[in-house]
Amino acid sequence: MELLHVFAQHYNFFITIFLMVSGLYVVIARGNMVKKLIGLGLFQTSVYLIYLTPAKIIGGTPPIVDKAYTVYSNPLPHVLILTAIVVGVATLALGLALTVRIHEAYGTVEEDEIFAKEGEI
Amino acid sequence: MSAVSSHLPVLQVILPLLGAVLTAFMRRGQLAWSVTLIVSWMLPVMAANMLLQVLTSDPILSYRLGGWAPPYGIEYRVDKLGAFVIFIVSLMGAVTLPFARKSVAHEVAEHNQAWYYTMYLLCQAGLLGIAVTGDAFNAFVFLEVSSLATYVLISMGPHRRALLAAYQYLIMGTIGATLYVIGIGGLYLVTGSLNFADISMRLGDASDDQMRAILMSMAFIVTGVSLKLALFPLHVWLPNAYAYAPSFATAFLAGTATKVAICLLLRILFSVFGAAIAFKTLPVQHLFLVLSVAAMFVASFAAVFEQNLKRMLAYSSVAQIGYITLGIALANQAGMTGSLAHIFNHAVMKTALFLALGAIAYRVGVMRLRDLSGIGRKMPLTMAAFVVAGLGLMGVPGTAGFISKWYLAVGAIDAGMTPLVFLIVASSLIAVVYIGRVIEVAYFREPSVACSDAKDPPLSMLLPLLLLAAATIYLGFDTRLTAGIASDVAEALLGGLKQ
Repeated sequence: MELLHVFAQHYNFFITIFLMVSGLYVVIARGNMVKKLIGLGLFQTSVYLIYLTPAKIIGGTPPIVDKAYTVYSNPLPHVLILTAIVVGVATLALGLALTVRIHEAYGTVEEDEIFAKEGEI
Repeated sequence: MSAVSSHLPVLQVILPLLGAVLTAFMRRGQLAWSVTLIVSWMLPVMAANMLLQVLTSDPILSYRLGGWAPPYGIEYRVDKLGAFVIFIVSLMGAVTLPFARKSVAHEVAEHNQAWYYTMYLLCQAGLLGIAVTGDAFNAFVFLEVSSLATYVLISMGPHRRALLAAYQYLIMGTIGATLYVIGIGGLYLVTGSLNFADISMRLGDASDDQMRAILMSMAFIVTGVSLKLALFPLHVWLPNAYAYAPSFATAFLAGTATKVAICLLLRILFSVFGAAIAFKTLPVQHLFLVLSVAAMFVASFAAVFEQNLKRMLAYSSVAQIGYITLGIALANQAGMTGSLAHIFNHAVMKTALFLALGAIAYRVGVMRLRDLSGIGRKMPLTMAAFVVAGLGLMGVPGTAGFISKWYLAVGAIDAGMTPLVFLIVASSLIAVVYIGRVIEVAYFREPSVACSDAKDPPLSMLLPLLLLAAATIYLGFDTRLTAGIASDVAEALLGGLKQ
């Protein structure tokens, strides 16, 4: 019962950590370069949730001072994560562009097939 | 002049960014190179100006971005460490850029040359930004700006393996940067601030039950940054990235990219967490000590058995980074001085070595050691510079490398770890083996077919190389610029430890 309580209280964090670890696992375990990038994207996205979870307060409004509202959400983490999303998109785009070029050069995006052609690099 | 001088911190970032936009609109590589040259030569002048200000008049230059006061706005904060690293990075860029014109024209496809300079300027902006910023999240953004530009620089290498190296670095680099962001997020949750100085102040009042979150953040940040600075065993991206990147990119990155990551690490360990938290609650010191020594030996041995010269020097870089982190782990005045001086000295020596290889790539086009027999007779000046910088790498007295290793050894004795001195000497002897191997092949064998009609490169490529080789000797005698400033910086960083 105690455990369930902890789980329910930190529900978001448990989900986040699950996403993070599975993303990292995909990056390490998969040999397909596109799948690796998907894993990387999952890993990065889970970090956005770490920032956003504590920033959102149930019933909180944007911090515009008004007599009707007393509970405010913190906007700063949201702004930070907007920046991080842009960085993530740029990284993913560059990763995919590299994958396209690798496919042109080697005819495959499977790491083990590339290493078989190239020898260990 | 005073109107400009108050904006120097931000100009360090704006100028290369502006240059990057300009070169992005150009189609001809030569024109883009000229713009890049102007920007690159302005940067060290401004950096020297800031360094002088920081050392003589006010120790911290604080710049409010957009006029917003810290900790609410982003603050650019040039302290002694920042000014020192900015000076090194911009100087290396300025010295190597004349080399780039012919080298890039030779190695990079014509329609990509202007883009190549754009990426170089973006990389420069990111690296200088990391050193100049006082904001934790801003540092992440600059880290990614420089990293993304670096991936592109590497991928433009002449061999298709460059693409693989860039891809591998992208995966590793992004994981590192993401770990850093997780750590910063944790710190933000505890302190509610992103300004390094402000975080450090607020950490002082942190309660004991927040300690777990603080330590978690530190673990994430240190691991993430260690990936960027290629601390053994997180260095696996480095040998391939350096080996297959175009010559100029390798020379520039080897001297600057990992050094800036070390600057960030120092700032986080000493200025943000304070040595008290960093070294007393977690075994960071011992961890760094063991990994540094491992890097010094494992990477040096890997260099001994490497046939590709560029990869050999890349492994040697990992070993040299081991010396720098060793000094950080010792965390005393002499050790830190050695480590900071080695940031400068290693940048000079390794850039010279990679420039020499760039000259060989330009004239001969092969990097395998056995194809380069007798190259010393065909390219006498280039190989002479290689040998001088190589002697520096070994730490021969009278060269720059000796100075930093001397301070490291003194630091080890001060810390009561005399056996470390023997380890430092022993690993330097391995450097004698791998540099000596090149000297043997280059000078004592008949010239091979590949380099039968090789000769020294044109003056624009030779001059930066000879300049850096001369600096290797000069910095072995006049240590005001390296150990002198480094000792000042070390004192400022260690200030928190004594209290």
